[in-house]
Amino acid sequence: MEKDQLIAEMKKIVGEENVLHSKEALYAYSYDATPGHIYMPDVVVSPGNVQEVSAIMKFANEHKIPVYPRGSGTNLSAGTAPLKGGIVLLMLRFNKILDLDLENLIAEVEVGVVVQDINDYVAPHGLIYPPDPGTVKTASLGGTICENSGGLRGLKYGITKNYVQGLEVVLANGDIIHTGGKNVKDVSGYDMTKLFTGSEGTLGIVTKAYLKLVPKPEAQASMIAVFNTLEDAGNAVSDIIAAKIIPATMEILDNSSIRTVEDFMHVGLPTDAAAILLLEVDGHPVIVADEKEKVLEVLKKNNAAEVTLAKSPEHKEQLWTARRMALPCLAKLRPTTFVEDATVPRSKLTQFLKIVTKAAKDYNVTIGTFGHAGDGNMHPTIVCDLRDKEEMERVHKAMDVIFRGAVELGGTLSGEHGIGLGKLPWMELQHGKEGMNAMKAIKRALDPNLILNPGKLIGEC
Amino acid sequence: MANEITAEEINKHDATLLKDIDDALANCMKCGNCQAGCPIYRETRKEFSVARGKISLMQAILSGKLEITKEFDSMMAQCLTCKTCAANCPCGVKADELILRGRHATIKARGLNPIKKTVFSLLSNRPLFNTVLRMGGMFGWLTFKDIPDKNAVLSRLPMPGMDPNRATAPLASTPLRAEYPPVIKVDNPRYKVAFFTGCTINFMYTDMGKAVIEVLKENGHEVILPGAQHCCGTPVHVSGAFELANEMAKHNIEVFERYECDYIVGACGSCVEALLDYPKWLEDEPDWAARAQNIADKVREISQFLVETGYKTDNLGAINKTVTMHDPCHMVRGIHVTEQPREILKSIPGLNFVEMKEHDRCCGSGGSFSLAHYELSRQINDRKCENIKATNADYVCASCPSCRMHITDGIVQNKMPQVVYHPIQLLAESYKLGKQK
Ligand SMILES: Cc1cc2nc3c(=O)[nH]c(=O)nc-3n(C[C@H](O)[C@H](O)[C@H](O)COP(=O)(O)OP(=O)(O)OC[C@H]3O[C@@H](n4cnc5c(N)ncnc54)[C@H](O)[C@@H]3O)c2cc1C
Ligand code: SF4
Ligand code: SF4
Ligand code: SF4
Repeated sequence: MEKDQLIAEMKKIVGEENVLHSKEALYAYSYDATPGHIYMPDVVVSPGNVQEVSAIMKFANEHKIPVYPRGSGTNLSAGTAPLKGGIVLLMLRFNKILDLDLENLIAEVEVGVVVQDINDYVAPHGLIYPPDPGTVKTASLGGTICENSGGLRGLKYGITKNYVQGLEVVLANGDIIHTGGKNVKDVSGYDMTKLFTGSEGTLGIVTKAYLKLVPKPEAQASMIAVFNTLEDAGNAVSDIIAAKIIPATMEILDNSSIRTVEDFMHVGLPTDAAAILLLEVDGHPVIVADEKEKVLEVLKKNNAAEVTLAKSPEHKEQLWTARRMALPCLAKLRPTTFVEDATVPRSKLTQFLKIVTKAAKDYNVTIGTFGHAGDGNMHPTIVCDLRDKEEMERVHKAMDVIFRGAVELGGTLSGEHGIGLGKLPWMELQHGKEGMNAMKAIKRALDPNLILNPGKLIGEC
Repeated sequence: MANEITAEEINKHDATLLKDIDDALANCMKCGNCQAGCPIYRETRKEFSVARGKISLMQAILSGKLEITKEFDSMMAQCLTCKTCAANCPCGVKADELILRGRHATIKARGLNPIKKTVFSLLSNRPLFNTVLRMGGMFGWLTFKDIPDKNAVLSRLPMPGMDPNRATAPLASTPLRAEYPPVIKVDNPRYKVAFFTGCTINFMYTDMGKAVIEVLKENGHEVILPGAQHCCGTPVHVSGAFELANEMAKHNIEVFERYECDYIVGACGSCVEALLDYPKWLEDEPDWAARAQNIADKVREISQFLVETGYKTDNLGAINKTVTMHDPCHMVRGIHVTEQPREILKSIPGLNFVEMKEHDRCCGSGGSFSLAHYELSRQINDRKCENIKATNADYVCASCPSCRMHITDGIVQNKMPQVVYHPIQLLAESYKLGKQK
């Protein structure tokens, strides 16, 4: 199809002002937060309602034009990169919180709403929407649903999929379907809600979601513990869970991250420590007090060299600086930053961290690791310069070792950032040929013309 | 001083400039965090409105994927230079400054268009410039966009004086500096203080300038008002015409070097920041940079000066009103002065200070931005007005004439009762009331 004709058709559907096609505007939608993936789309379209989305999909399907749904473009797996040209479907005009049902604790929200805005909206009612990725102030609800994003509170509260109870989805052929709903229990048919959650824009366009909300915990206790060996830190993590305590947050920083943060921030972090753990327990005040004591005991038993309890919310913020600043400080070291998110069973944490450290040394690349220790979800963060070809080769070799290592430990390539294009090469390693075939069959059933975010997640099919 | 800047002249620095940009741009990791605070993105939600988008577009130019076009130009113009992105960037990218580099590149590539050429050669000619300003032309011309009807723009900006019901003409009938002698003597002066008025205070808000002079006199300082001072150069600098802005900086340096003074004060956050930034603007010319540094060492924002050197509080009269304060971008993120104006307001008897929500969020003015993108800057400003409304304050204080103009406009449009002042005006008023007792 001619580009001009495509643009004209899109204007007919959404109106002139919601279609962008200047070369400059197209370039601004050629990338996302993933380094090294720039592809030009043919047109950027912002639909304003589900009927418009449906009309766009019908047209695209008929003419076999690729469609890339996009929220805020903060994903780290090239999920929104318009690999094969076509239509970038910008979902940010879906910007309304439609309903807050306090009897069922359900919010009905359009996908263009920023996640933090949902939290701000429900906070006066003493409620929270727990999934809180690092990009909570920028990511769209749609993006977090389609990446199945997690966050700091994942260990206790779960991730996005645990809070999405129903969806409105436009299929590749333009059909509008509704999955799930306000029912807490619902076994009628396949669990389509879960299928679309984490589908990275390859199975359908999500336009609206029913979100489960939970009461805000009444009390918190936070602490930070310093360890001289990775083993001790890893054992402390396992022992806390074994003591039947589920902290809301249990984060780890390795030595390289600690040193980087200290270099930039001068907050007095122990630069010779092997690891730091940051913990928070929350809930009813009585239970929090009890769990806090138990956690302290476990930390001591596992040779924590130093434990500091947060005395006030401000003090907690201060203690949390190390975690909050880990990525920013690492990112400042070099121009290009790859934030990976390989994840292993909690019990394999120490082994995995050692693999990462060794890979960094073997290939002479800079890697700082921090992450959600309680979930085994690590962020080995590789900083480099995309413009240096020789260095990039070493980076890719190190990545290969890390991903293979994670999979060998029974882990997964991605705990929360998704596969997109970035981690495609390792997909078969984790899922096997048969696993990939099953996924491809689902894709072909829902999107026979392969127009939705083609080439991503499962690759060509 | 050059009368005209030609494309060739500007091209001289090309090679080095491009390389500079390349490394600085590469530091942006494209995380998108800048979306959270950017007042323009908040309204448009278009990628090219946010720092990440503008940085990417500049990278595309550098890598040859795009060329500099009018569209690129208008995207680069979508920035208020409010520095919110830079203040929150995990990679420490100073996107606001890079965007100015992008505008500079535009000028280099396209040369100056005829209108701009006229305006800029006018700007480099001070007497003529002052005359034209008095005639009310400049503020519409200084933007990249073609302004459909500059008078329409000007008449959209009502400028009440102290009396909210009396809307004065956009430009003062007599500029501030024409009303005073070059040196205002006091007996046994504590300090000799030169006043950099800036153009908005000189030509529009003379009431702010008078308040500054009154307060300085009240505190025993001699006030020097160099008549030959020029616009600080900010509007030219932010449009990307760095060479011309540097000429204006040099002129101001020469003028202030002529006077023996202990301090140089300004009452506009942007002007003060410009004076402090002159050494950086002129870094390619070490001699000038050193002279600029000597000047910069003496520069203070008025509230900063008063708090640093002490000011009288024993003869203040009561103002029984409620006041809230807006932190202008260049005050909070440019020169980092936020406590001093609050301290001054809180020292005024009877005055009840309430903090508004998002007090450090841009008001949407952004110098000439509000003229070229009026609708957008209104939307940004409406949010500011809502926050003001929620405080139930009588007065809003802002240490910047542009913010005062823009917030005043918003208040009028939203039919709200507040009046906007510079904090120093309330201090001057309080001294006055103290005398009436
Ligand atoms: C600094 C930084 C920190 C991060 N921290 C975390 C973290 O802690 N946890 C975490 O999980 N992630 C994290 N991320 C990754 C990213 O923020 C999340 O993946 C986020 O959910 C993406 O939201 P978005 O609106 O930007 O989506 P986009 O990037 O726009 O899109 C993401 C994917 O969803 C698809 N999509 C978007 N909207 C729709 C829709 N309406 N219908 C169908 N498909 C759609 C897109 O095609 C794409 O494949 C981080 C990223 C950065 C840059
Ligand atoms: S400018 Fe800073 S905040 Fe914005 S995308 Fe680049 S690195 Fe992130
Ligand atoms: S300086 Fe302000 S307006 Fe300009 S890009 Fe940054 S946040 Fe946006
Ligand atoms: S910052 Fe504004 S008011 Fe101050 S001198 Fe420059 S142009 Fe004039």
